[in-house]
Amino acid sequence: MSTTVKPRIAVHKFSSCDGCQLAFLNLGGELIELTRRVDIRHFLEAGLDDPDADVDIAFVEGSLSTQDEIERIHRVRKHSRYLISIGACATSGGLQALRNLDNQHDQWRDAIYAKPEFIKTLNHARPIADEVRVDFELWGCPINSRQLLAAVNSLLFGVPPIEERDKVCMECKRQQRVCVMVTDNKPCLGPVTRTGCGALCPSFGRDCYGCYGPSDNPNTESLSKRFAGLGLMPDAVARRFLMINSAAPAFHDAGLIARSTDTGDGDNG
Amino acid sequence: MGTPGFLPIERFQSLIDTLTDDGFRCVAPQVRDGAILYDTLTGVQQLPKGVHQEQSNGRYRLHNTDSPRYFSWANGPQAIKPLTFAPREDLWYAEVNSDGNLKFYQAPTESEPVAVIGVRACDLAALALQDKHFLNAFPDPYYEARRKRLLLIAVNCTHAADTCFCADTGDGPEVQSGYDLSLHETDSGYFVTAGTLAGEMLMHRLPLEPGDDALYSDARNEVSHAGESQRRRLPQQDIQELLFSNLDHPQWQAVAERCLSCGNCTQVCPTCFCHSENEVPSTSGQSTAHQRQWDSCFTPGHSYIHGITLRKDTASRYRQWLTHKFGSWQSQYDRSGCVGCGRCISWCPVGIDPTEEILQISQSPTGEQA
Repeated sequence: MSTTVKPRIAVHKFSSCDGCQLAFLNLGGELIELTRRVDIRHFLEAGLDDPDADVDIAFVEGSLSTQDEIERIHRVRKHSRYLISIGACATSGGLQALRNLDNQHDQWRDAIYAKPEFIKTLNHARPIADEVRVDFELWGCPINSRQLLAAVNSLLFGVPPIEERDKVCMECKRQQRVCVMVTDNKPCLGPVTRTGCGALCPSFGRDCYGCYGPSDNPNTESLSKRFAGLGLMPDAVARRFLMINSAAPAFHDAGLIARSTDTGDGDNG
Repeated sequence: MGTPGFLPIERFQSLIDTLTDDGFRCVAPQVRDGAILYDTLTGVQQLPKGVHQEQSNGRYRLHNTDSPRYFSWANGPQAIKPLTFAPREDLWYAEVNSDGNLKFYQAPTESEPVAVIGVRACDLAALALQDKHFLNAFPDPYYEARRKRLLLIAVNCTHAADTCFCADTGDGPEVQSGYDLSLHETDSGYFVTAGTLAGEMLMHRLPLEPGDDALYSDARNEVSHAGESQRRRLPQQDIQELLFSNLDHPQWQAVAERCLSCGNCTQVCPTCFCHSENEVPSTSGQSTAHQRQWDSCFTPGHSYIHGITLRKDTASRYRQWLTHKFGSWQSQYDRSGCVGCGRCISWCPVGIDPTEEILQISQSPTGEQA
């Protein structure tokens, strides 16, 4: 058997908070184990700087928010065999995509920054898959180490990673958490949100706010009606959907429909 | 049969102590996060004393009362299914040997003796159904080990919830079979009946007093009343025939508009047994765990076969759930898969009631306008 060449990995950052990269750094002992099997070539947050290295797997965090990032993502794609986008910013545009909603990019920029002339952002923040081919997506804000390892380990075994598209409710029930909507009227997005977090928020008695994005087959219309029945005003329903993943089509549409029913006089129809 | 022996409520701890002395871990209902869940118990003070409940479509609430009783409520989100069919477990492992070959070995099975206090008639009926599934000609060793270690202490229901319909399915509220010990609750204590030799041996070690005939009669009447008070019903007809002759009924689309396809109904159902299996490899690349976890006919994976998800939309998934549970279970296991516990009604986030959906189909057969 010839000498085995270790698969090469890069971790790239685009517009983001860096939180998803922590899914690597928080691996602890597993990270040491992982570096025995892979060669990490580029990962700025871990001190490795070689952005144009040819790699087998490129992990991309962050949205496309500047012209420079549009150019850079094409370079990443060119140098990578597989490209995996990680986190809400990379998969849906994330929080930055909130600016897509009202088309007032310049007004916000000028109101927020002391010297707006230094800010070179695009009017819209977009997910990675809008610009280049993406082989696999890990959703979440942030993603977690379990998700990441499941994907990496699958690829290292030469099999496609399993896409987790079930609803959060499935995992919530496996963990025998008590439903916060049924017992406490909390407007939980679990029934339309992609699993992967381990039902983290309901484990602490709070309602899911959809940070893993839309699940398979999300019935946002029925859930919105239920939220209205719990006493949420249309604007509050809209805000449930238009938060972390406001640019993911299912949540985007549900949010805009709720907004459009807002009469502004407190009537939740 | 005479009046059973009576365990005064102030001596209820003796039941827990006797079981503990015999090496059992006691599991009993307790209030957790606004619901009643089964959990490890060491003292009577952990029981839901005086707790009443209110259940309706998509709604579950607990209320405290002055009642001295521990079991004056119907049920929590789970029956005892998680104790026998684990929500997630390792089935087997594979490891790379030094010679490069793979070694496979089975995950250890659980053997710790567990005594469950407070099991309901519907839970026992559901367990009997799960036994039919898992302990058939090819017994599942993991289920079998967990099942064998159980000692079941049942309580006859006196407080049916608005969502209960066990009287209609014939599974409750009176405990019928499958228990080691069965209790009738009163304000002052418990009438104790043994259902097995193990139960009888346990019973003889409890500080029982002679039971009062009139009080026992009252206790039994309370159970009958809990059955009579139930309002939900299934149509009195062959439901398998009804559902399978209405596969294109417009009601499937109507329910799909409300259904979230979230799977909660199947996850709280005490008889649902669907699961998925997947690999969890170690980061070293030298070993992998083969896991089984609860799945549901509402997930895309459930009907996935080599590249296609057969049931893509909610209408087809809901139809699968209902036609199997209330229909083809009859061919498969000689009875409906529903024991009337009503959990799927209470824990559906949008409050869908299968009995209502079946009624809609029964009242307006395909071809007629609903």
